[in-house]
Amino acid sequence: MLKITKLRKKFGDLEVLKGVDLTAEQGQVVAILGSSGSGKTTLLRCLNFLEIPEEGNIKIGDVSIDAQSYSSRELNLLRRQSAMVFQHYNLFRNRTCLQNVTESLLANKVMDRKNAEEYGIQLLRKVGLEDKKDVYPSKLSGGQQQRVSIARALAVKPRVILFDEPTSALDPELVAEVLNTIRAIAETHTTTMLIVTHEMNFAKEVADKVVFMEQGKILEEGTPGQIFRLPKNERTRQFLSRYLVPEYNI
Amino acid sequence: MAFDIKYMLDVLREIIPYTPITLFLAIASMFLAGILGLGIALVKQFQIPVLEQIAAVYVSFFRSIPTIVELFLIYYGLPQIFPIFSKMEALSATILGLSLKNAAYLSEIFRAGLLSVDDGQMEACIGVGISKVYAYQHIILPQAFQNALPGMSNTFISLIKESSLAFTLGLVDLFAQAKLIASDSFRFFEAYLAVAAIFWVLVVVLTLLQQHLEAYMQRYR
Repeated sequence: MLKITKLRKKFGDLEVLKGVDLTAEQGQVVAILGSSGSGKTTLLRCLNFLEIPEEGNIKIGDVSIDAQSYSSRELNLLRRQSAMVFQHYNLFRNRTCLQNVTESLLANKVMDRKNAEEYGIQLLRKVGLEDKKDVYPSKLSGGQQQRVSIARALAVKPRVILFDEPTSALDPELVAEVLNTIRAIAETHTTTMLIVTHEMNFAKEVADKVVFMEQGKILEEGTPGQIFRLPKNERTRQFLSRYLVPEYNI
Repeated sequence: MAFDIKYMLDVLREIIPYTPITLFLAIASMFLAGILGLGIALVKQFQIPVLEQIAAVYVSFFRSIPTIVELFLIYYGLPQIFPIFSKMEALSATILGLSLKNAAYLSEIFRAGLLSVDDGQMEACIGVGISKVYAYQHIILPQAFQNALPGMSNTFISLIKESSLAFTLGLVDLFAQAKLIASDSFRFFEAYLAVAAIFWVLVVVLTLLQQHLEAYMQRYR
């Protein structure tokens, strides 16, 4: 469903992605872990060309794009295969919650206004914010804004949702509501999800596959059981030991 | 000669019918300057080669020269080089001059407005598959416009006042009419005070409108 091949990205002289290969099956939840600067956010941002990779191939659904030769039509098609949820939510400030969700549907003429609104309200209900439909984002808490942005991402019926540290900008007490929302979607296994996160326990619990990145490369990947309990790589073990609180059984 | 308030009111009554000319000059110039200014701001925003350099020279030139010099250049100067301009009326020349100058100012105000829109807004559009053109129309420009509104209001207020320079090209606006009346009676103070009073009222009303508009635009802040 999703296939990334030999992806390379440079910022000036700094090579941020040094040939990344990654696949994900339909409905699979993939957690991408790694210390800051390891390239995990850049990897995510290359998938919709918010960062333009120099080399490599990205295939999402039926759309495949080669970084060295592609048309703007192909690029638009690729971008419509995915939807991104940002660390800082980035809700459209001049749009109400409902309008935030429906904007892409109206922009791409997927639905008329009436149907889009009905569908938008459904999605807001899914993230528990139907009562906020006519409120502007600035009036919401960070957690609520992030839940609206998840509804906005779902609206495009993407093949894959790209979560870029969705809880990193939140107050600790708001993290749970957003994670619960993501978990609820993950459990349906309808949409493929790539989640860049520092929430190790969440990744362990929700992900079907865990990827550990270091210095622009994927160092290790496997099931949560493999990665969290028996990491093969010393660096992975080091990284995880700093994050994971040991589990106690009483 | 003591101050004669009754005379001032008489002058006021005589010149008030000329305020539409002032307003027309200001509104027409604002409209044209707005379109041109937005064009220049977008050229700079997208760093379109060649046009960007032309825009920089344009802004530098029209921000530097005094308005009255510019108006004289257009109305009295241009026809000498291009005879076709001799057919231009004082009214059109004033609107042209004020538009060209204020487009330069507005372009900077619009550019600042565009720069103040968070990059995340465009990223979010791309992130949910919205095209850049649609994003500019519906998300970026409306927010930029809101940020630019106070600056635009100031420009419009300046324009209202600058429009009185039209009389130097022989156009009879309320200032010119007051001057005509005063040169008959030699009551310059009353006549010009009446002119000042009208401008004051105009600007006060506009400021009120501006506040309402800004409050409306701030609804999503």
